Amino acid sequence: MIDVETAVATAFREEWGQVVAALIRTTGDWDLAEECAQDAFAQALARWPHDGIPDRPGAWLTTTARRRATDRLRRDAVGAAKLREVAAMTREPEPHPDDSGVPDDRLRLMFTCCHPALALESQVALTLRTLAGLTTTEIARAFLVGESAMAKRLTRAKQKIKHAGVPYRVPPAHLLPERTPAVLAVLYLLFNEGYSATSGAELIRHDLAAEAIRFARVLTQLMPDEPEAAGLLALMLLQHARRDTRVDGAGELVTLAEQDRDRWDHDEIAEGTTVLDGALRRGQPGPYQIQAAIAACHATARDAADTDWTQIAALYEQLEQRTPSPAVALNRAVAVGMADGPAAGLRLVDELATSSSLAGYHLLPATRADLLRRLGRDVEAVEAYREALALAPTGTERRYLRRKLADLGANVTEKS
Amino acid sequence: MKYMLLICGDETAAKHAEDGCGGWTDEMQARGVLRGGAGLRPPHDATTVRLRDDTVLLTDGPFAETKEQIGGFCLIECADLDEAIEISAKHPAASYGTIEIRPVVDP
Repeated sequence: MIDVETAVATAFREEWGQVVAALIRTTGDWDLAEECAQDAFAQALARWPHDGIPDRPGAWLTTTARRRATDRLRRDAVGAAKLREVAAMTREPEPHPDDSGVPDDRLRLMFTCCHPALALESQVALTLRTLAGLTTTEIARAFLVGESAMAKRLTRAKQKIKHAGVPYRVPPAHLLPERTPAVLAVLYLLFNEGYSATSGAELIRHDLAAEAIRFARVLTQLMPDEPEAAGLLALMLLQHARRDTRVDGAGELVTLAEQDRDRWDHDEIAEGTTVLDGALRRGQPGPYQIQAAIAACHATARDAADTDWTQIAALYEQLEQRTPSPAVALNRAVAVGMADGPAAGLRLVDELATSSSLAGYHLLPATRADLLRRLGRDVEAVEAYREALALAPTGTERRYLRRKLADLGANVTEKS
Repeated sequence: MKYMLLICGDETAAKHAEDGCGGWTDEMQARGVLRGGAGLRPPHDATTVRLRDDTVLLTDGPFAETKEQIGGFCLIECADLDEAIEISAKHPAASYGTIEIRPVVDP
């Protein structure tokens, strides 16, 4: 017999968002939806050991939560409005989560959580709470803010949705082009919070990356005509495939060139490239598809020397045209430095340095240092590495830069 | 839902004071979402009133000396925030000033 606790944990992962999303639609009350969903999972833990695990745990949980919400509303009903809500709920047909073509409640929830009338950090927090079922404590820990501050942020976001009349729906077709990027941005932010975690509440943060991939997968199923959703999924998969090799056993940063490619997750790479190819065939490239194409160039190269840097440089140029940013420009300079030689890369980096929007960004001097080193200009390289060292935000990155300085025979004591 | 649209702008917005609202008012009246509204005289014609210890205290000028000032308001009634955003974005002042959408408290 399957362990009931495992079954409930699995159901929680897979069904929480659906249960909450369906209840928000029928009651319009976000807090009630969360409480009743929680209650349904508690009942599952109590009843499944005796009654057995239901064939469709999701349907069981949704029905149980819905019944609970009806009871609560009936008990609390003080006015005609509430009673009408109850009446509407009891008319509600049983959910058919397997039916395709029916707009999915989770998609409604995703778009509502990511409504641009909410601040970005509220969008992220609300997505994690309502869709992923993370507790306020977990979200607070993942974003390194206090628990009461996070609780306040969530409460305010839910109140704004209610009081400002944010519609609970998937936006109509004419609004999708402006609303979908917000959903994709929140998922990518979520992924990066998890992926780039090298310290702190590491475990929870790694879960965030997996959670983001799961949502991106759901999104591509729900929006099969949106190639950027597929592009985002591909990008996440291709980056996630390298997760085990980014940091070595001692917690030190390992550059792409030095990573053990045999330990990359080749199933994930294969899935990522398949998803990307499917998206690109639609002929509507966008920033996520381009970034995924760059990640695919790296992921499919046999070794560092085999990397198609000319292609990567061209992709970064496309990306810069669509979404100009200093960080993209810097990455393009790195790619050009690899494709056309360090002198060409250095010219671009020096242009960037004068435009100064990257002032204080440690990767600018770090990139300059690498190019100078390759040009044999060691004295200037040491100076640039030192500059990067003073700006680097994490211990892992500082140690990496110190190793580079040591390789150049420089004194590695930090000036402070 | 009812929303108050607060039409804001800095002093450069004053030169639009005589522009009117183009076809916006007509369009919104035809749609049946407009419940009222008007342009306002500039902040230097404002008088601020407070009652403290049974005494009426008057101040010459607006209650907040900010760069952005309210130049007009519209009361609209529509389905939800998305429609309120769409209506606001069509207002001519959105292209040179700022429009703050404030949900009206349900009585």
